[in-house]
Amino acid sequence: MPPVLEVKGLTMDFGGLRALDGIDLDVSQGEIAALIGPNGAGKTTFFNCITGMYEPTSGAMILNPPGRPQMIVNRRSKPPAAVRAVSAVLPQSLREPFMRLSMRRMLKPNVVTEHGLARTFQNIRLFKNMTVLENVMVARHCRTGAGIAGAVFRTENTVREEREIVEFSLRMLEKVGLSKCVNEPAQELPYGAQRRLEIARAMATEPFLLLLDEPAAGMNPRETSELDALIKRIRDEEGISVLLIEHDMKLVMSISERIYVMDYGKMIAQGTPREIAGDEKVIKAYLGEAFDA
Amino acid sequence: MKAVTTNSKRPLPGLVLSEIAKSAVVAVWFMFLTFPIMVIRISPLDNIIEWRWMNLLSVGAGTFVLSFLWRYLLERKERGGGHNEALTWQKRVGLRIRSDRRIHVPGLIVLAVFAVIFPFVFSSYQTSIMITALMYVMLGLGLNIVVGLAGLLDLGYVAFFAVGAYFYALMNHHFGLGFWAALPFAGALAAVFGILLGFPVLRLRGDYLAIVTLGFGEIIRLILENWNEFSFGPSGIAGISRPGDFGIGLTLQGHTIYLYYIMIVLVLLTMVVVSRLRNSRIGRAWIALREDEVACQAMGIDKTKTKLTAFALGATWAGFVGCILAAKTTFINPASFTFMESAIILSIVVLGGMGSIIGVVVGAFILILLPEYLRAFSEYRMLAFGASMVLIMVFRPQGIISGIRQRYVVRPEIEPEKGGEEDAACA
Repeated sequence: MPPVLEVKGLTMDFGGLRALDGIDLDVSQGEIAALIGPNGAGKTTFFNCITGMYEPTSGAMILNPPGRPQMIVNRRSKPPAAVRAVSAVLPQSLREPFMRLSMRRMLKPNVVTEHGLARTFQNIRLFKNMTVLENVMVARHCRTGAGIAGAVFRTENTVREEREIVEFSLRMLEKVGLSKCVNEPAQELPYGAQRRLEIARAMATEPFLLLLDEPAAGMNPRETSELDALIKRIRDEEGISVLLIEHDMKLVMSISERIYVMDYGKMIAQGTPREIAGDEKVIKAYLGEAFDA
Repeated sequence: MKAVTTNSKRPLPGLVLSEIAKSAVVAVWFMFLTFPIMVIRISPLDNIIEWRWMNLLSVGAGTFVLSFLWRYLLERKERGGGHNEALTWQKRVGLRIRSDRRIHVPGLIVLAVFAVIFPFVFSSYQTSIMITALMYVMLGLGLNIVVGLAGLLDLGYVAFFAVGAYFYALMNHHFGLGFWAALPFAGALAAVFGILLGFPVLRLRGDYLAIVTLGFGEIIRLILENWNEFSFGPSGIAGISRPGDFGIGLTLQGHTIYLYYIMIVLVLLTMVVVSRLRNSRIGRAWIALREDEVACQAMGIDKTKTKLTAFALGATWAGFVGCILAAKTTFINPASFTFMESAIILSIVVLGGMGSIIGVVVGAFILILLPEYLRAFSEYRMLAFGASMVLIMVFRPQGIISGIRQRYVVRPEIEPEKGGEEDAACA
């Protein structure tokens, strides 16, 4: 079975700075994988690239949603030959924009979500003034289709769809243990609950792969162990694969089946938790090089 | 959330003393500032300088009292306890009104009866003012979609109003198109203009969006003012037909009453449509867009489409009202579509409460009727108007009536399987 997500040679330049340098990564079906690395290694940039928030300089991403057709997203480092031939006859000023246009192959964030990648954010980004339930209901947007006319005339289809949205969202809230505060404004939830709400919201888009950006940041040990159980439950019950960025090594070692380690935009190691714990390069990246006097 | 401010811990007498001292300083400062204009009077004819010390005293006393009152009210608002109490009190009243049928059903009936008999009880002048107020209710509700729900600050809303008005005026002038035939097309054309404005500003947010929309509003007005062959320039278009009465042959007064009822129906229609949209899939997408654009996109909402529908739907109502304005006044010129109009409509939305339908209705009535009924105070009219706006914004920054989110009743069989303790935190 091919991996559900396969990233090949992902490179991202910010001006002269190479934030990601040929990153290869894949996540198998039903796997919990972790992406770790020191601060500034490019982990969140990597997430932003594969979720379409940034347009990478080059690289490819292959999605294999279970039961759905394969999706190949390709970002060429060079425009195809035909485009280059045409651009040669264009005036100098138009050449660059024209070539760039032909290279725009990455997807918009909402399309990525439609294809089944859902993410959470490092700094919580809930819809603060909406209720807990509405936050999750928003995420059903891309799986439903009621239009303006349906909403205005309250057609039978729309009413049924609304009911389904509410029911589905309640189920998601139930999974993360928030079903008692559906009508609270999201901003009034305690911190840990906000993190769980973000996960419920991401799950409501029916992803096959959940991307969690530092889900345990700012959590106390008890909350972290609950999160640990929650992520495992999501994987086991829903069959959703998980890729998470995390700094909490205890959590990473306990839940992930495979760990990728990044440093300075490069993938420096990958393997099982045991392999990573003993990897010299990883220790060096985190603790610095030992001095031999 | 119990917000305990440092102020609330300070002993009250000390606080009052320091506030008195501050107010006194303000009073002295004002006495100094107004000294040249309020005290000294030079009469060049008699060659004497008159010193009006009494004026100085009254300025001082007046400023002191007002400043103290201001500080007192602000303090009361700041104080955690008082604030919370006020909030729960308001919430309780609001919930009571909404939930108790014995209160809101008779209330609505009284309101409906009042609305129906209004033109027969009051003069035709009053009815005409009420029509204007209702027009602004519709404009406010339309802008509420763009600003209140989708969070896109649009300062050029009047452009769509102008599009609707000129569409009907020109069609009526050249082709004799009737009001009823023009109304839907005026809305549709305004929607097209909304999309036209929407495209270039898709990437803009906040201040930048405000500036571009402001420019758009001015462009439309300047085109209407200067393109004489098309819009008859500043002299405008006169003799526009009133709404067709299907051959009844209404008098002038009858026409006013007729238009009044048209407006009542249209306002009700607008309220129903906007409230349904607000709690629909599209409405939630708008609010999500307002709350967090990045998260909104990451949750699978097409930003482009959502923004454009907000602009288009918001503009539609302005187009309708434009058409009505042309039919009401039978004369339009570009002077009716200045930036001031946009500002007033925006004030209605902000003052009434962004995202709240009842709030916008109340806001429109206050902002349109208050200046009318303050005419008795002639020159102090705009002063009182401005002051009341400042006061509302200071003491209720969320607007008179803040938007209420839809509550959902959870079916009893849905019970959390685990994690009961965590849930207790948000009960």
